[in-house]
Amino acid sequence: MAQVEIAFDAPAVDWWVLTPQIILVGAALGLLLAASLAPRALPGWVSTIVTIATGAATAITAAVQWNDWGSAPRSTLKDAFVSDGFSLLLTVLVGAGVVMTALVAHSALDRYEMAPPEFAALLLASAAGAVVMAGANDLIVLFLGLESLSIALYVLIALAGRRASARESAMKYFVLGAFSSAFFLYGIALVYGSTGSTNLSGIGGFLFGSIRETDYLLLAGIALLLVGLGFKVAAVPFHFWAPDVYEGAPSPVTGYLASIAKAAGFAALARVLYVAVAEQSIAWAPILIGLAFATLAVGAVMAICQNDVKRMLAYSSISHAGFVLVGFSAVPATSGLVQWTEGGGDAVSSSVFYLIVYSFMALGSFAVLSVVGAELQSSEPDASAHALSRYGGFARRRPVLALAFTVLLLAQAGVPFTAGFWAKLGVILAAVDARGYVLPAVAMVTAVVSAFAYLRVVLAMYAPEGSSEDEGGTPTARASRQRWGNLPLTSVFAISLAVAVTVVVGVLPQTLLEWSRDAILSIVL
Amino acid sequence: MGSLLAASGSGSDFPLLNALILVPVAGALIVALLPRSRPDLARPLGTLFAAIGGALALALAWQFDAADAGFQFVSQQSWIPALGISWHVGVDGISLWLVVLTSVVVPIVLAGVDPHHDPKPYTAWMLLLQAGSVGAFVALDLFLFFVMFEVVLVPMYFLIAGWGYEGRRYAATKFFIYTMAGSALLLVAIVATAVLGSPDSGITFDLQTLAEGQLLGENTARLCFVAFAIAFLVKVPVVPLHTWLPDAHTEAPTAGSVVLAAVLLKLGTYGLLRFGLYLFPEASDWAAPVLVTVGVVGVIWGAITAAMQRDLKRLVAYSSVAHMGFIVLGIFAFTAQAVGGGVIQMVNHGISTGALFLLVGMLYERRNTRQIDELAGIQSAAPVYAGVFTLIMLSSVGVPGLNGFVGEFLILIGSFDTRPVWTIIAATGVILAALYLLWAYQRVFHGPPAAADRQTADLRRGELLTLAPFVIAAVALGVYPKPLLNAVEPAADKLLEHFEEYSGFEVPELGDPVVVDHGDSSGEHDEDGH
Repeated sequence: MAQVEIAFDAPAVDWWVLTPQIILVGAALGLLLAASLAPRALPGWVSTIVTIATGAATAITAAVQWNDWGSAPRSTLKDAFVSDGFSLLLTVLVGAGVVMTALVAHSALDRYEMAPPEFAALLLASAAGAVVMAGANDLIVLFLGLESLSIALYVLIALAGRRASARESAMKYFVLGAFSSAFFLYGIALVYGSTGSTNLSGIGGFLFGSIRETDYLLLAGIALLLVGLGFKVAAVPFHFWAPDVYEGAPSPVTGYLASIAKAAGFAALARVLYVAVAEQSIAWAPILIGLAFATLAVGAVMAICQNDVKRMLAYSSISHAGFVLVGFSAVPATSGLVQWTEGGGDAVSSSVFYLIVYSFMALGSFAVLSVVGAELQSSEPDASAHALSRYGGFARRRPVLALAFTVLLLAQAGVPFTAGFWAKLGVILAAVDARGYVLPAVAMVTAVVSAFAYLRVVLAMYAPEGSSEDEGGTPTARASRQRWGNLPLTSVFAISLAVAVTVVVGVLPQTLLEWSRDAILSIVL
Repeated sequence: MGSLLAASGSGSDFPLLNALILVPVAGALIVALLPRSRPDLARPLGTLFAAIGGALALALAWQFDAADAGFQFVSQQSWIPALGISWHVGVDGISLWLVVLTSVVVPIVLAGVDPHHDPKPYTAWMLLLQAGSVGAFVALDLFLFFVMFEVVLVPMYFLIAGWGYEGRRYAATKFFIYTMAGSALLLVAIVATAVLGSPDSGITFDLQTLAEGQLLGENTARLCFVAFAIAFLVKVPVVPLHTWLPDAHTEAPTAGSVVLAAVLLKLGTYGLLRFGLYLFPEASDWAAPVLVTVGVVGVIWGAITAAMQRDLKRLVAYSSVAHMGFIVLGIFAFTAQAVGGGVIQMVNHGISTGALFLLVGMLYERRNTRQIDELAGIQSAAPVYAGVFTLIMLSSVGVPGLNGFVGEFLILIGSFDTRPVWTIIAATGVILAALYLLWAYQRVFHGPPAAADRQTADLRRGELLTLAPFVIAAVALGVYPKPLLNAVEPAADKLLEHFEEYSGFEVPELGDPVVVDHGDSSGEHDEDGH
């Protein structure tokens, strides 16, 4: 190493560590290439199969890697990217999310007039961004992941540009997303100015080693990072884009947006807070608690005010973000090191568990909406897309689908024997463990409030044909009772997968609890 | 004393309690999977499974060792070891009769009450309701209890929303939200109790470990108790948390009302005993004045409101509020007689109010109305119906010789020693009960019948068969309540012993057995332990 003459000292690359990203990006590029070189338009199923295979391969690779070195994290690119249990577990989640989104989208692409290869490529590119975010150990890399995720998503929504709502949605997401990226970048600059490093472990080591006066530069940097990531995870008061964007985006994309994009944002939040600036928890924990309060309350209260199911789910997704924040903010008040690792472990692992469980519930719910949306559109194209009144009698027409949706909604409400229950329990447990009582109590009260929102949908579905809870309403009168008839098979498969995960984890949560506990060891230690 | 090993199942090793929970669940799954073309199979098959549960419950009562005050038929399996949660079930004298009541009432109403439409989901929900309720009564793990307590909501919600009357959706949602609001706090309190009250060996949700350990600080325990109590008081319900009950009861289908009255309300009072007194003795003593007050307010309020009702079903619903108030008074009087009386009153209220709801439902089937002023002189047209109604009504009023008397009397006697003023006020509730029920009876059954009244058909054989177990139980337990008392007494004594040990409350000595000739005994007593 003595006489390296070249000006640029290229970092060593551990290709095997980067395999999940390479698979995702490679498949995306390959698809684009094939689509542009092919003499005729590629049939839709080709892209779908490629996407599913890629998602599955990513998840499997990550699982194998976790098995290889899960407890002893490996880093590469000069410690800019780390592959530990946390990033690998989230990579598996992203892979599963890609598979489910591709399944749901397969039958919906025509309806939204989206070109299959472009859709698939963008989906995979955004997934690659999410995976990078989960494993980034450097603020710059984190920003790159954030941008690849976001930019792909802007375009993904805009692909359905024939619809005015989608165009509006994409524009809104783009403007506000760019805005939040600017905040994030400025935060990076300030933190770098204060600590002299953009490397997360570097920052953590620097702060750990020194006893310092209050460093306003650093605090401002942390605050800006929180703002930037708060936008991504749609925490109140940075949530204003979410309901509009969720409502306007095509349902399969909304599911992806609500689950994977949000999970990636939270993953980044976990890394920044717990790896880099854990020592400053006195400063940021109260902010997180405040965000959690606001997010829970606004999400739940706004959810019950909605008369549109999709918009209701958008607000409910905000309130779920509040629950995740409850877990993250559950830092022991006296952060001595020993207690820190114990309490902090529970805090992050409960949030990870919540994220995984919530992702499946959200993917499943929006998959149902996608199927319902197609049916409603074909019966009455003009009426407002997912008005609650149009769900009247849904259980008569589609008993099995209605049952699946009911399970997913009850799981979101946190009914026992569903995964949502353990998720809520976990974050409450972590918060109580950190000796906070008001926040968990408020969280549970908001859970009741949102339960009302979910129940309204369930009631509407099981109401007799045409009568609706709300005044007026358009009876979608179609007497024929079809159990499976012309349901898109791929969507059915995706929904069954979501329901299966929800119920199985609901009855036997132990395995997933252990996974999420193992996953965060490298972060909080 | 509280050792887990000591309380091994008497009799065989057959996991009776698990079977009591799992048989209805299996039944529900099988019914749900029945082919769409054979909806007629659903109810018979469901009734069969429910009845197997009922038979197992009777076997449980038969094998139950009344002399043993501890938990029997205990079964414990690890469930989520990471959180110290286990599937831990057991039954003692307090829960035994509630388990039996649940397991017997559900098959009866399944067989006896026609849902009119969609028998398949209806039957499945009823079976799940049975499983969840039994599960809540036998759970010895805080967590398992909470899960069962919550799970019961879902079938009840769908039963009301799917098979109820005009205002069913409002009533169902109100029921769900009220109860869930209570249990939201309950979950936080359970978690706090487990986190803060677990021994050093690790977190546990085990009821016995936590209750025998008593590791919570005084203020923490009081806070947790308040959260527990709110959840249970909503379920009981006490005034002013009761407004969901008249709606839910009135709008629920007959079978739903019966199960709601006979079983679900008991979850509240049972919870107060098992998870209030046992888990938080000191806090129970601290909060007792308030709880006794709300109990007595419920007695009077429920009775007066019941007297004002124009809807017969609503009247019965409000009478529930009054009866349940008595039980709350009994529990927080802290004497063996009052607590024992409370447990017995839970069972008896289930029998008499359950039967009253059945009767009102049968009347509605005939007349399509429950308005008292649209009915008159039914007695002459339907004498048998009127006879059964009279008997059940008298049992609900608490006439000696019928079951309602035993519990109420024990509660009043037992409470007088520690809470004389409240007891005297509550005793007027007995008179009010006679007033509203007899007045309603007079208006509905006496007087000149209109044309429609004259055509009211009398009870059919099937309906008689449905009512027969209730009538037999009402008379039998009124005349000879000893088997009931024998099982309850040791468990109640043991619970109070535990309570006394940790609360500093001196339970007055009242002489041994819970027999009625001790009404005059008075020991040293202490108003509320401070």
